[in-house]
Parts: sequence; structure tokens; C-alpha cells
Amino acid sequence: MPATPLVDLRDVTKRYGDGPVVLDRVSLAATPGDFVSLIGPSGCGKSTLLRLIAGLSPLTTGAVTVCGHTPEEAAAELAFVFQEPTLLPWLSVAHNVAVPLQLRGAAPAERAAATHRVLELVRLADRAGAYPRQLSGGQKMRVSLARALSLAPRLLLLDEPFGALDEMTREHLNEELLAIRELQAWTAFFVTHSVAEAVFLSNRILVMAAGPGRVHAEIAVPFAYPRTAATRLSREYLDLVAEVSRLLRSVEGAAA
Amino acid sequence: MPPRLRNILLPAAAGALFVAVWYVFRFSLADEMQFLLPTPGEIIGAFRENGDALARATLNTTEGALLGFAAAIAISIALALALSLSSLVRVSLYPYLMMLQMTPVIVFAPILVLWVGAGLKSVVVITFLICFFPLVVNTTQGLISTDRNLVELFRMYRASRWQEIFLLRVPSALPYFFTGLRIAATLAPIGALVGDYTAGSSAGDGGGLGFQAIIYSSQAKYPALFATAAVTCVLGFIFVAIVLSLSWLALHHWHDSYERADR
Repeated sequence: MPATPLVDLRDVTKRYGDGPVVLDRVSLAATPGDFVSLIGPSGCGKSTLLRLIAGLSPLTTGAVTVCGHTPEEAAAELAFVFQEPTLLPWLSVAHNVAVPLQLRGAAPAERAAATHRVLELVRLADRAGAYPRQLSGGQKMRVSLARALSLAPRLLLLDEPFGALDEMTREHLNEELLAIRELQAWTAFFVTHSVAEAVFLSNRILVMAAGPGRVHAEIAVPFAYPRTAATRLSREYLDLVAEVSRLLRSVEGAAA
Repeated sequence: MPPRLRNILLPAAAGALFVAVWYVFRFSLADEMQFLLPTPGEIIGAFRENGDALARATLNTTEGALLGFAAAIAISIALALALSLSSLVRVSLYPYLMMLQMTPVIVFAPILVLWVGAGLKSVVVITFLICFFPLVVNTTQGLISTDRNLVELFRMYRASRWQEIFLLRVPSALPYFFTGLRIAATLAPIGALVGDYTAGSSAGDGGGLGFQAIIYSSQAKYPALFATAAVTCVLGFIFVAIVLSLSWLALHHWHDSYERADR
């Protein structure tokens, strides 16, 4: 029996006013446990697609459901990690992580417990009292991730979260993200510019094309989880990275 | 030389040099002109001579300055919140706020006396008018300058309007608010003195430093006049020092403007 989709997009089209079509009749479904990466040239609408799933931006035509509901109704089930850490500079790490729970009116004891739990997950429990300006770029991003996880979401939407970090930090955070996923069952949509990152993290890669934005191809990533740093050294991994890169170049070539 | 020592010694040396030049200049004046520039020693003497009157006037001026300053803070925060919530309100009221600032308060002092009576009430209103503008403009600017990404984060987590204002917009406006507060703090004692000068009253020992200034200049007590100015200066320093301390307490642990001092 096929699992019911956690995220379902049917013929989704998006235009801003009278501007060009940003997304043209995109249909896709993600089942619970999927890790879907969206990759493609700039202007292919991958970030827009993520914002539509989050309910941050209205559709022009088509339908999006999350857990069988509209994104607005499913707000409690999903969390978003922005490109920037978007931390409140006047709050400590622990208070930043607690913001979504605070906004939802959770009791202080519940907030404290959840905060401690997710800070353990991102290995920042010892920095709970620090302020954002005292953290490195990678640490800030881990706080941002912890904040998203604090609500125990079923769907995690990540918009190029590690794009501004150096290669080493990014690889470490990729490994941590997968390690956390072993402990918590969430489904992920992950926008990235990095083919290596997409192949390492996902079980499905959607290669998108621009003008208008659409899904050009889907690639299944066959490697079993858990994946570790050693995965990056395997022949199969490197071959797949090369294949996806070629595909991406052909899409970008067609656009140019 | 350690920087801290240098920061004390250099201003002290500059001050000593200034006083020396002051004495030289004074004694180079013709004898019959010397009364126009009292020496620091004579000014200190004037403090001894007029101590009671100056102390009473200082208290009265401080009271007027504090009340006007506090009223300006309270009303400017309320108005800034209203202005920040609607660009329509902002566009409608900004020109009149500017006009209020351009209006020379002194021109209205006589009529203010007729409206609320001479003395403390007039002093408070004039101080309020002088402090109000920098506070409301800076606080409003702070409230509408919230990082767009943070606003989006709050919308994403379905924050209510109140949560967005009090958990996000107000804290992120604090650095702007304190900038306005710092400017207003330097203006408050001067505002109270000007208010007292133009609309003060000596009834029931209610006169302030402005009133004393009128008395001393009419009596040609110039050392006492200089003493009055010195007291006003000190009052301004105290206001600013208090505001700087509050600003440090509110911002030092997170705001970039305090970063260097911390590390």
C-alpha cells in the first residue's frame, strides 16, 4: 500500500502580479520520511516552491496540501529554516530556541524541556546562555535549526540553510542533520545550490529548470541511511554527484 | 600610558590649561572691565554666598526637568507605537510633528503662562515640548526598522499582532529609543531652565535656575550667574550619565555598539 503523501502539490502555478510565471504547473508528492532536495539555476523558483509549501506566499492556481490540510491549517506540523540564522540578537541562545513555543503559549516548563532537548541535539547545550553575537556562523545556524526542531515538526523546510558557511562547516552540519534525522522522524524539503550536499542528504533530488520554473527531472539517491562522512568517499557517491552536475549543467545551458 | 589613565589625564590637562588661560585673560583686562569675567575662584565664592538660593532653585529646576522629561518619554512611546502601526497615520502627522519642533517655544511662553499658570506647570510643558521631538522620531524609526527576516519568522510561527509588537518590534527599537533618550536628556535641564526663565514663578520659593539667572543678572551678580550656568551643566551631565547607564544595562549584552567595550 502506498503511503499517503505528507506533502502534495497539484498543478501549482505561481505568478507575482502580472510578472512572469515563476512556477509552471508543478506537481509532486512527498511521503513521510522523504528527504527531498530542490536544486536548479537561480530563478527556477525553488525557494518560491518552499514558501508555497510553508504557506508564506499564496498560490496563483493549483493546490498544496500538507498532512491533508492547507499549509495554513497545518502550520503546527511544519517548521522553516531560513537562509540567514534570523536570531533575535537580544535573546540568549536558549530564549531564541524557545521563541516558537513562546509564541504558541507553551508553559515555561514545557519550553525549558524542549529547549534543552533540541540544544542537546545540535550539541549546543553548553552555549544556552550565550548571545548570538558570541557565536560563529555555524553555531548560529545550529541554533536556527534547533529552533525549528523545538516544535517537533513533521515537515522541515530548509531554504539553503548552510549556503553561507565554509565547506568544512557545511559538511559537518550535513552529517549532524542526518544524525538528528535518525532520532526524529521528519520529512524534509531542502533547497540548495550544492550538488554534493543534495546527493549526501537526500533520497530524492528534484532538478528544476528556469523560465518558467518547473521540475525538469527527478533523481533517486539509492544509498542507505545512516550516511556518514565515509559515504562521501565511495565511488557510487562520486559518480552520482558527477551525473547530477552534468544534468544541472545541461539545464543551465538550456536556460542560457 | 594605559588608555584608561590617558582618558583621565588628557581631559584634566586640557581643563587646567583652560583655567590658566582664563586667569591670564581676566587679569589682562583693564581694572574697570574685570567684573565682566569672574575668575573660577570668585564663582566658587558665589556658591558659598548663594548656596541656599542655588540649592533650592536647582531642586525646583530638577523637578521641572524630570517631570517634563518623563512626560515626553511616556507620550512619545505611545505616539511612536501609533505612528509605527500605520503608514497613513505617519504620513498624516509627520509634517505637524516637524512644525512642533520648528516652533520657537519661547514665543508661546507668555500665553502658556495664561493657560496653565506661571511656575512648575509651565516649566514642565516647555521641557516636554523641547524633549518630545527627538524621542518620538527616533523611537518611531526604531519601531519601523525591524529586520524583515525576523518579521517573516514571527509571521511564519503565526505570532499575533501583539506578540509581534512586544516581543519583536519593541526590543529591536531599543537602540533607537536610547539614541533619542540621550539627545532628550541633554535638552531636559536646558528646557527646564528656559521654561523657568520665560514662564517661571518665584511664588512659594518655586523659582528655578532660570529665575535665579534673571535675579543675578539684574543685580549684576556675575559670579553667581556663572555659578547658575555651572549648576545647569552639572545637572545635564547627571541626566546624561543616568541615561547612558540605563542604555548600557539594556543593550550591552547584545548590541553591537557595546561590542568593543566588552571584549
